Amino acid sequence: MNSKVPLLSIRDLQVSFNTREGLVRAVDGISFDVEHGESIGIVGESGSGKSVMVNAILRLNFATEVIVKGEILFDGVDLLKLSEAEMTRIRGREIAMIFQDPLSALNPFYTVGHQIGEAYLVHHPDASKSEVNRIVLNALDKVGIPEAAKRIKSYPHEFSGGMRQRIVIAIALVNDPKLLIADEPTTALDVTVQAQILDLIQSLREQSDSAVILITHDLGVVAETAQRVMVMYAGRAAESSTVTSLFEAPSHPYTQGLMRSVHSLENSSRGSLKSILGVPPSLINLPGGCAFRPRCSHQLGDQSKCNTDKPELRLVGKSNVACHLPDEIIKSNSVSDV
Amino acid sequence: MLSFVCRRLFFAVILLFVVSAFTYVIFAALPSDPAALTCGKNCRPEVIAQNRVRLGYDKSIPEQYGNFLKGIVSGRTYGAGEGVHCPAPSLGYSFRKHQCVTDLITRTLPVTASVALGAFVLWMLIGIGLGTMAALKRGRWPDRLATGFSVIGISLPTFFIGLLGIMVFVIWTGLLPFPRYEGITADPAKWFMSLILPWFTLAVVSASSYIRLTRNGILEVMNEEFVRLGLAKGLKRRTLIVKYVMRAALLPIVTIAGLDFAALLGGAVITESVFSLPGMGKLSIMAVNDSDLSILVATTLVAATFIVIANALVDILYGFLDPRVRTY
Repeated sequence: MNSKVPLLSIRDLQVSFNTREGLVRAVDGISFDVEHGESIGIVGESGSGKSVMVNAILRLNFATEVIVKGEILFDGVDLLKLSEAEMTRIRGREIAMIFQDPLSALNPFYTVGHQIGEAYLVHHPDASKSEVNRIVLNALDKVGIPEAAKRIKSYPHEFSGGMRQRIVIAIALVNDPKLLIADEPTTALDVTVQAQILDLIQSLREQSDSAVILITHDLGVVAETAQRVMVMYAGRAAESSTVTSLFEAPSHPYTQGLMRSVHSLENSSRGSLKSILGVPPSLINLPGGCAFRPRCSHQLGDQSKCNTDKPELRLVGKSNVACHLPDEIIKSNSVSDV
Repeated sequence: MLSFVCRRLFFAVILLFVVSAFTYVIFAALPSDPAALTCGKNCRPEVIAQNRVRLGYDKSIPEQYGNFLKGIVSGRTYGAGEGVHCPAPSLGYSFRKHQCVTDLITRTLPVTASVALGAFVLWMLIGIGLGTMAALKRGRWPDRLATGFSVIGISLPTFFIGLLGIMVFVIWTGLLPFPRYEGITADPAKWFMSLILPWFTLAVVSASSYIRLTRNGILEVMNEEFVRLGLAKGLKRRTLIVKYVMRAALLPIVTIAGLDFAALLGGAVITESVFSLPGMGKLSIMAVNDSDLSILVATTLVAATFIVIANALVDILYGFLDPRVRTY
């Protein structure tokens, strides 16, 4: 493959669901690239479309009817144009996924050894029993399951939540995928375990040079693990930049709001946490214009573009920002406000 | 594992004792006088009193129950003097039919078992088959068809479906002979022909709820995270459906199916009546009409026994099928 082609390139992706109330635009025109070996964080509140987007990448819309438009180029091939059979060869081998809730992500009826072995065997049908066994042991070892040889015959319910997430990670990494998608991998875990799991993902990434897309609603997690960040709001990208510039100078009013609502020593010395006023909009029949407008602290008035045009990402300073505010205001805000 | 099975079976036996005691007490408390039923309409009070003593109905209820249990273990002679001897296991003697109740049951049980077994196989095939189809083609015509079928099946009474079957297949088209039960050993072909309509009648009724159970179970499991993970692994859709979805969705159905089948073994009262099948259901109905308590106690007890046994078997089977409930 041409090394200039990004590993994953998403172009104007739109994902919508037909519901009784109307069309839900969960993802409304997102574009971004992931380079080989890169780690990118996607941040947003619940319902901002992050999970829907990554599920669309692997086409995991198994039980629901969804409409997906745009392009998802993986190694230059549009995944949306592949047949279901071709797609099964990509899933788990080229692109693997870690899920949010390890308590429900493992099949309760099969041993963990079987489930890890199965993930390998699907893509290596000729592998011998002993080879699979060795791979499974190795995978359990890598993710830090003690006494792997003994636990191989245990069922998921015999493990703690953190251990189960390690097994889910072992399943994801057993085929050395080029891209690993982690959909809120620590949300369901204790704080202490969260750090362990993040460290694990980080160190495994360094060993294997897989690229990682990390979905989270926790800015702290992004700061620790990602190189680049995309902030999503109501199915669209609000801001996209490197982790350093995002934390130094959050530019979009929404990002700024997110930053202010993070609990940190600095924040608490200044008084109570600031939440973003209002609630995320319903994604059904979203009105035109900027989706963040009703909650935005800058009101440009009824005649402004905010009411009519959806803002596109544009470069302001070091970040790509989707906002109609004049550059000077964005820049000055980003420095002074936080 | 073995200790789990033994423990489960031990409790099943205890439960059977409790059930038999309850059954006996309930029927003993009925206002009809079993002694008065032993002789005809113009019976003189002296004869009734005499019969009461001869049959042991003058004793206290615990004592009668004790004799009843003794009869099950070692057989019993009914009436005074010569009397009638029913060998063990004796469940009583019917003075209406002048027969040992155990004989009546061993004669009717194969009929009921034939009806139940065939209907069970059919309704599981129809129920799980159509239910799966409906779930996989959710919202499209196969789903509507299966769901529609189940609504009709649930709404129509059993006797109506049975009579409709007779009308269409026997009277109008003549495709089937009028069901006249023949033992399987006597004439297997006739046995089969005579049971087709009863089987379908029962199957349609029961399959209807199994269609819904299967459909909803599969749809529910399809939304489970572990199925999504299976798909994300790269498993083929068919593997996923069979190995992940069906396995999880059909587990609860095993429980219900076991109990439903056991209940049917106690006698499919309506179906047997509609098709005049000489099974346990028919026997029970006749016993009710005749106030023949000895038969009623026995059929109730046999039916309850099937349920208790099925319950124990389902529990044991469940332990094999679901690693989460294994307590050993």
